[in-house]
Amino acid sequence: MANIPENLRYTKDHEWLAVTDGTATLGITDYAQGSLGDVVYIDMPRVGDKFGAHEAFGSVESVKAVSEIFTPVAGEIVELNDGLNDSPEKVNSDPYGDGWMIKIKMENALAADALLSADEYEEYLSTIG
Amino acid sequence: MRYIPNSPEERAEMLAVVGLSSASELFRSIPQDVQLDRGLNITDPLAESEVIAAMDAMAAKNTGATKTSFLGGGVYSHYSPTIVDHLIQRSEFFTSYTPYQPEISQGTLQYIFEFQTLICQLTGMEVANASMYDGSTAMAEAYLMARRVTRRDKIVVAKSVHAEYRAVAATYAQHGDTEIVEIGYDDSGRVTGLEAIDDKTAALVVQSPNFFGCIEDLKSLADKAHAAGALFVVVVTEAISLGLLKPPGACGADIVVGEGQSFGIPMSFGGPHVGLFATQEKYVRQMPGRLCGVAYDKNGNRGFVLTLSTREQHIRREKATSNICTNQGLIALAATIYMEALGKKGLQEVAVQNAQKAAYAAKAISAVDGYSLPFSAPVFNEFVVRGPRPAAETLETLRTENRILGGLALSRYYGGHENDFLVTVTELNSKQQIDDLVSAL
Repeated sequence: MANIPENLRYTKDHEWLAVTDGTATLGITDYAQGSLGDVVYIDMPRVGDKFGAHEAFGSVESVKAVSEIFTPVAGEIVELNDGLNDSPEKVNSDPYGDGWMIKIKMENALAADALLSADEYEEYLSTIG
Repeated sequence: MRYIPNSPEERAEMLAVVGLSSASELFRSIPQDVQLDRGLNITDPLAESEVIAAMDAMAAKNTGATKTSFLGGGVYSHYSPTIVDHLIQRSEFFTSYTPYQPEISQGTLQYIFEFQTLICQLTGMEVANASMYDGSTAMAEAYLMARRVTRRDKIVVAKSVHAEYRAVAATYAQHGDTEIVEIGYDDSGRVTGLEAIDDKTAALVVQSPNFFGCIEDLKSLADKAHAAGALFVVVVTEAISLGLLKPPGACGADIVVGEGQSFGIPMSFGGPHVGLFATQEKYVRQMPGRLCGVAYDKNGNRGFVLTLSTREQHIRREKATSNICTNQGLIALAATIYMEALGKKGLQEVAVQNAQKAAYAAKAISAVDGYSLPFSAPVFNEFVVRGPRPAAETLETLRTENRILGGLALSRYYGGHENDFLVTVTELNSKQQIDDLVSAL
């Protein structure tokens, strides 16, 4: 069973968000990393890049597939997890911790409230088997 | 395809098995009125000796092949050791296509790995791909890669880059919002107009030796490009020059692209040739084409793999770094065999011969009354000659009266150079040939 921390928000694209003072930290969920397999590369945006809601900001490359990563909230990239350049496997080993990807300053500070709660995400996962 | 002969008896036997009396009955489902009831309107079968005679007669019409040639300008006449042709015709190599289950084809992967290694050593770069179609398409890919790396849209390219390369690259780039700015050359024959490089520029693209044969000052050009945050792309059309000149990688190049035809590949009316593509390791994710790497199995045995293939079409699809995820396998093999047959010293010696013979020819031609060398920059094995009358006329006279292909009229690609022509001298041009050219002028 995939690990789904209570305090985070989730998307149906399997990203998680943690919001502090209008800035969201974003990564992919335990379920996502498990489905992708060994992550070998993350194609990251740059600090200062702006994205609209539901836009792809980068991609995760595993040994068997490449998947785009979306931001569910509009905003500007303010920080990147540079540690993933050398150790992309952190996305597998610690998806909610060292495997975080970007910090995005949200245009609308309340945008994340509309996303899935841990319970709702867990229920969603059960529907997709 | 196999040719399987059969006798009338065997045919009768086969027809009996399927219950027919003649072969034509096999075609009875085809309406009578569209069946051809006569033989094809082609010549009767020829004996092998007759075929050879006919082919010889056709080949003899290619009169250029038997004339002394000083043609270059992107395709070069160099000696190719017989081992090159001999080895590439081995069936294991000759019939192999890019392997779809790559690791089963260790021999193919090994020579690709060797090819990449040699190109890295020659260009002074950290990674090279398994080859591209040719030099011009490699340059076009460099445009696109520079845009991916810098996220800028403007390419500043020197007019002294081969005109056909620029045309191919412009065609590639035409639907991708690439802004292409061409910059000129000064009296020395070197690139000028560098003020066109700005903070929107993805790459400065120069050829060295350039189309006029002039060797560019790569280091200072690299500094100018880098100061603006742009990549520096060096195009090499005469790969033999890498045997003598300082590697572009040592001069600050971010991407080196070029044509490998000089490495033992016949001129063949302009193709198939082989594109070279090399870059620095930090850009490897943005490099197009396939890449072969070395790996070790669980027992520690060395093996070869296709690596980073996730950036190719079969996984990344529309997000692939290029729509090319194959390589010019057989020609890259030929170039590899050529480089390995000559070795480091051999390649240096060929390069020195080219440079020395060209220097001898340039000196002798410029001493002829009415002839001069319009550009002052140092050259490798090509140089521009300015004659007393239109170059097309000069070359026509040389061709018809002296059986010499004296070079390429610059007017074909450049305005304002009516009397100028490009002369190329390789190791295959003897002193006698050079002297004959000089006395014919």
